[in-house]
Formats: sequence, C-alpha cells, structure tokens
Amino acid sequence: MDKNNIIDPRIKRLDLEHNPERVVLNDMENWGTFEVFHQRKRGEHHEHVGIVHAPDAELALVFAKEQYGRRMKCSNIWVVRSADIFSFSYDDEDMFETIPDKNYREASGFKVRDKVNKFKKENQPTQPTPQP
Amino acid sequence: MNNDAIKDLILKMADDALVIGHRNSEWTGIGPIMEEDIAFSSMAQDKIGHAQALYQILHAESGMPEPDVLGFQRKESEFKSCQLVELPIGDYAFSLVRHFFFDHADATRYEMLTQSSFQPLANLAKKIKGELKYHTLHADVWVKKLGNGTEESKARMQSAVNETFPYALGIFEPSKYENELKADSVFAGEVELQKRWLDKITPLIEQAGLKLPNARQDDIKYGGRNGYHTEHLQPMLTEMNEVISTDYNTEW
Repeated sequence: MDKNNIIDPRIKRLDLEHNPERVVLNDMENWGTFEVFHQRKRGEHHEHVGIVHAPDAELALVFAKEQYGRRMKCSNIWVVRSADIFSFSYDDEDMFETIPDKNYREASGFKVRDKVNKFKKENQPTQPTPQP
Repeated sequence: MNNDAIKDLILKMADDALVIGHRNSEWTGIGPIMEEDIAFSSMAQDKIGHAQALYQILHAESGMPEPDVLGFQRKESEFKSCQLVELPIGDYAFSLVRHFFFDHADATRYEMLTQSSFQPLANLAKKIKGELKYHTLHADVWVKKLGNGTEESKARMQSAVNETFPYALGIFEPSKYENELKADSVFAGEVELQKRWLDKITPLIEQAGLKLPNARQDDIKYGGRNGYHTEHLQPMLTEMNEVISTDYNTEW
C-alpha cells in the first residue's frame, strides 16, 4: 500500500514508515467506527448520515447526538458497529445491471399519469371529475 | 416577591453559566478526539445561551443593563459565580469531573425551578430541560467509563474528584436571601439543592468505582457568591473581554 495515500489519521498516527515491525494495538488505542442513522420524526425511516469513532455503542450514541442531531430536526438516532454491516462487493456491481428492453420492471415503465388523463378525458361528458 | 433575592439568584446562575461556558470552550480544537471536541464545544455554547437567557431576564424583569453589559462589562468582584467554574481547564479528567459535578447541580437546580413562582425562571427551566439532560448524560457516560477503565484512567479520575469536590460543594454557598426565596416559593434553597445533588451523584460515583472524599466544613470553597474569587477569574475575564475593551462598539 502506498503510504502517501493513507489519509486515515488512525493509520497515520502509527507512523508505519518508521515503525516497520508489527504494530500491536491495545484496546482503546484506536477506536472503531459506528454507522449513524438519523430519524427526523417518529414513523419515518432512519437514514444513514455518516460515522463516528467510538469505543462502544454508548459513547457512539453520545457523539452521534451532537454530530448529527443538533443541526436538523431529530427524534431518534441508531448506531451500529460498522463491522456489523454486510454488503456486496463492488466487484459484483455488474449484477445490478439489467438489459434495457425490460423497462416494465422499472417503476418508471408505468405511464400511470397518461392512463389517468386518458380515462378522465374519455369519461368527461357523463362523469365530471369531483373537485377536491 | 423580593426583587433583590430574585436578582441575586439569577445573577449567580448566569455568571456560573457564562464562566463555565467560557472555560469549557477553551477545549475547542484541542479536545481529546474530534467527536468529543464537538460534543464538549457544543455544550459550552449551550451554557453561554443559558447565561444570555438569564441576563435577559434580569434586564427585562429587574431593570438591569443589557445582557452584553452584564456579561462583559462588570468587575471581577461583581461576579457571583462559584469558584469551581473559574478554575483553569486542567487535564481532561479535571474538566470532565467538574462538568459532572456542575451539570448535576445545574440540572437539579433547574428541575426545582420548573416549580418556581417566578414565571420567567420556570419557563426557562422547562425550555432547557432537554439540553441539560444531554449534559448530564454525557458526563455520566464518561465518568463511568473512565472510572472503570484502566488503572491510569481510574487514578486520574479519582484525583480529579478529590481536587474538585471541595469546590463543587462551594456551588451551594447559601445566600442571605434563602428564607425570602423559600417564603415566596421562588426556589427551595441551596441546602435542599445540595441534598438532592448528593443523592444523585453518590450512586453514580460508586458505579464508576470512585469515592467521594470526606470534606470538612472548613475545606469547602465558599466566597464566589459574594464576589471573592481565586486568582484565575480575572485573567479569564480579561481574555474574554479583550475584543469589547479594544473597541466597545464592535459589531459581529
């Protein structure tokens, strides 16, 4: 790995260039990350907003409250250890590709508005649209 | 209602908030880690906000000068803050323990004031309840964690507790208006506040594996409420007032 490309301060702090032997990290020396999910109001989805460094979930919540809860409306926050997130590999990104002639599977494939307008037009003389 | 008694109560609360807010803001940019730096700075800003709200009550209800004048144009001996809040920030253990002791007293005082017959104070107490809840939560998590952490963190926390406790008891220096405040149902008094504070912090200190020292009456750092301060307040005020004393009409 090219050392000059490392921007993570936790790695930089280890000064690997001058400490070539195996570096042993003790507990609490370098905290892991927690993913933070912010909920604007009750009933809405929690949305991912970023990360915090913290030694455990309790402090992660304490930090997340100030970092992500103070500038926007907030009713709740979740934190989850980054290591507990499961994901696909970007190498498999190609499986999300779909051949172009199946647009009936995409939501945008349904031209609902056109159908509604057509229906309204056809039914106008006998069945006027109720006003809201 | 006794106006002098109310003025005395609000002024000491406002001065406490301004001084601790300024002190805690001295950690901004040099906090132990970025996330904690943000949290601590943000709480310091909350305290300045509380000070401003209290000075505003004094201005609107008791005919005292504008908040900026009260905050930045008074002499050291006119400050009614307790000595605990003016001490330099020390190491992080000291600042955390001071934050723990002070914020539990602060939150408990406001909790009592939600019942105050003096409406502006009762209203403010209800308004800032949520902020104070976070301040004590933040303090509790850290004290518990570092008290139960490594040998070094435990030792440093315990020595901060020993050093800070006599100053923390100074928060509750009785004023000459205790009876008036009680009779008018403005505030139940410093003795009651200290009792409730001890009931709250004692189990928390135990859970953190720490011990409260025995403090003899003579050890308690009284004086601040009557304008007697340590050598640390004046240099802090000088620094805080640097801009306004250079150019009084500065606009931000």
